[in-house]
Amino acid sequence: MAMAWLWTGMVAVSLIFGALTGNLNALSAAALEGAQSAVELCLAMCGVMCLWTGVMEVMNQCHLTDRLASLFRPLLRRLLPNASRDSETLAAISANLSADLLGLGNAATPLGIRAACRMSRGCKGTASDELCLLVVLNTASIQLLPTTLAGVRASLGTADPFDILPAVWLTSLLSVFAGLLAAKLFAHFWRN
Amino acid sequence: MALSTLIVPVLLTFTACFALGKRVDVYSALTKGAEEGLTVLLHILPSLIALLSAVYMFRASGAMEALGTLLAPALDRIGIPAETAPLLFIRPISGSGALAVGSEIMDSYGVDSYIGRVAAVMLGSSETTFYTVAVYYGAAGITKTRYTIPAALCADAVMFLASAFFVRLLMGA
Repeated sequence: MAMAWLWTGMVAVSLIFGALTGNLNALSAAALEGAQSAVELCLAMCGVMCLWTGVMEVMNQCHLTDRLASLFRPLLRRLLPNASRDSETLAAISANLSADLLGLGNAATPLGIRAACRMSRGCKGTASDELCLLVVLNTASIQLLPTTLAGVRASLGTADPFDILPAVWLTSLLSVFAGLLAAKLFAHFWRN
Repeated sequence: MALSTLIVPVLLTFTACFALGKRVDVYSALTKGAEEGLTVLLHILPSLIALLSAVYMFRASGAMEALGTLLAPALDRIGIPAETAPLLFIRPISGSGALAVGSEIMDSYGVDSYIGRVAAVMLGSSETTFYTVAVYYGAAGITKTRYTIPAALCADAVMFLASAFFVRLLMGA
């Protein structure tokens, strides 16, 4: 429902604002132009994006994802000691994070959900500290190759769709650290 | 030569050789994955159509510029370009909404401009916070989310600041 409110809000604000500033004439053309440009955007980014989801699938099938997952395990044992005691949960979490890292969103979510379900057993609907941490990690996920983004940039005629990668990596690394730090801090002060 | 110009050909070759060494049918895996990409695009197209028409109306009415002007003094102080203000609101709420707003910003300020790059890094460095929280806790039957959302929003705030900072540091303003 949030999106329904957001969409209606944007359209209504546009109408009111357009009436106040005298830009009303441009609105109808803008709405149609926006719809058209959505199709153009999708078509233009289609090639780059599908090529990369193809490469990601190859990585998945030759078990590069599993290798990545095993690299995560020592780190996860320290971050989530309770959940890591159950080997199946640990496997799901590390596979979840490595799929996130490779940008395999469709694969990452079911794995993460499996881990979250196992971690939430017997907690009566209240998120444990470790479950909070897992979800925060997922909301701030690090992606090695943001393929959708590269597709959009390529469709807009950038000189190099991947030249922002170092900035993306440093930014997401920092934001993951901030999320971890915030979660650890809040765990100490949060009541109930 | 920039490292990023090598990433694509090297990654393609490495992945193909590695997979072939593991006796994986590289070609059919590649096309299967490409088909998945197509499904993803098909799924986001309807919401992109809806959202981009609203975003274009929002811009044409002058409301987007007003929002930027309103927030410019505060954003300037912390080093975030005011033109990316709409993205700050929509990034945690909707993935396709952020894609719509972000691509519009990149298009109108130039995809290789400072503003366009900051918008791109903001898009690429985070997940859709509220959606992720809803999906995970919904599936796990969690109703008391405790500090999950505040902590995730802290990460988002740092992400916005860092996007502007690292683009300026690594690629110039």
